[in-house]
Amino acid sequence: MRCPMASETSFQQEFAIEGGDFNNAGRASSRLRNILKQIGISPLVIRRVSTASYEAEMNVVLYARRGTLSFMVTPEKITIVVEDEGQGIADIGLAMQEGYSTASREIREMGFGAGMGLPNIKKNADELEISSEVGLGTTVRFSVKI
Amino acid sequence: MILKDVVEKLGLKERTASEKLAVEVNGGYASDLLSDVLANAQPGNLWVTLQVHQNVVGVAVVRELAGIVIVNGREPDEETLKRAQEEGIPIMVTSLPTFDVVGRLYQLGVSRAPGR
Ligand SMILES: Nc1ncnc2c1ncn2[C@@H]1O[C@H](COP(=O)(O)OP(=O)(O)OP(=O)(O)O)[C@@H](O)[C@H]1O
Ligand SMILES: [Mg+2]
Repeated sequence: MRCPMASETSFQQEFAIEGGDFNNAGRASSRLRNILKQIGISPLVIRRVSTASYEAEMNVVLYARRGTLSFMVTPEKITIVVEDEGQGIADIGLAMQEGYSTASREIREMGFGAGMGLPNIKKNADELEISSEVGLGTTVRFSVKI
Repeated sequence: MILKDVVEKLGLKERTASEKLAVEVNGGYASDLLSDVLANAQPGNLWVTLQVHQNVVGVAVVRELAGIVIVNGREPDEETLKRAQEEGIPIMVTSLPTFDVVGRLYQLGVSRAPGR
């Protein structure tokens, strides 16, 4: 496939994420990853983007009812927005702390709940913005420079 | 060392993606916490874990891992097998516990190299 970034036009797409749906959890990030590969993004950038997007996607599966993962590729950067309808985060500063987690026992037994997801997103992204309203939902927006 | 040699030397049983055993194993990571693996496993590493559910496959894909060794005689879920076959991620099982698997990997010279 030819690289669409050769022109100035950007590339954009959106995927749905279902809360609690472990069968399809991670698929949005996996599809995003395949697209980034096809348009010739470097392996290191792909790893950073897909690690962060996988963490954000899993948080929707674990803590929200439903959400979307959308991404935009410009010649400078890849921007990912993961938006959900769900319980929201009361204290974002606290949620960002490594080790903080509200995961249930069942979820912890599956290996989630280390409280490392949001810190992982921060580590892999060049820019990160989280906004949330309790009872409504959460938006995680991050970008990685190409 | 390639994955096929590791499988033979440790007597691992193949469960998925046997066509991918020629892949080079450049080190390993042992953890049962998915975010820990996402943060610290390097591309080309072999992942040793007791987790058997399908989300291990997504983690291995994202981190571009060489494969997954499931320990303690556990068997991957049906969905895990399907997903791993689909994504081309080799899953192997063993009755050994994590400690023994990692010890033997070290003896074979597979240590935690910072893969890139
Ligand atoms: N989309 C979300 N909606 C509601 N709460 C969230 C969301 N994302 C994160 N949180 C809250 O922030 C906490 C920390 O999230 P983080 O991803 O860092 O860790 P975790 O999901 O608990 O564990 P890990 O990601 O290591 O498996 C979560 O336990 C949860 O309480
Ligand atoms: Mg998380």
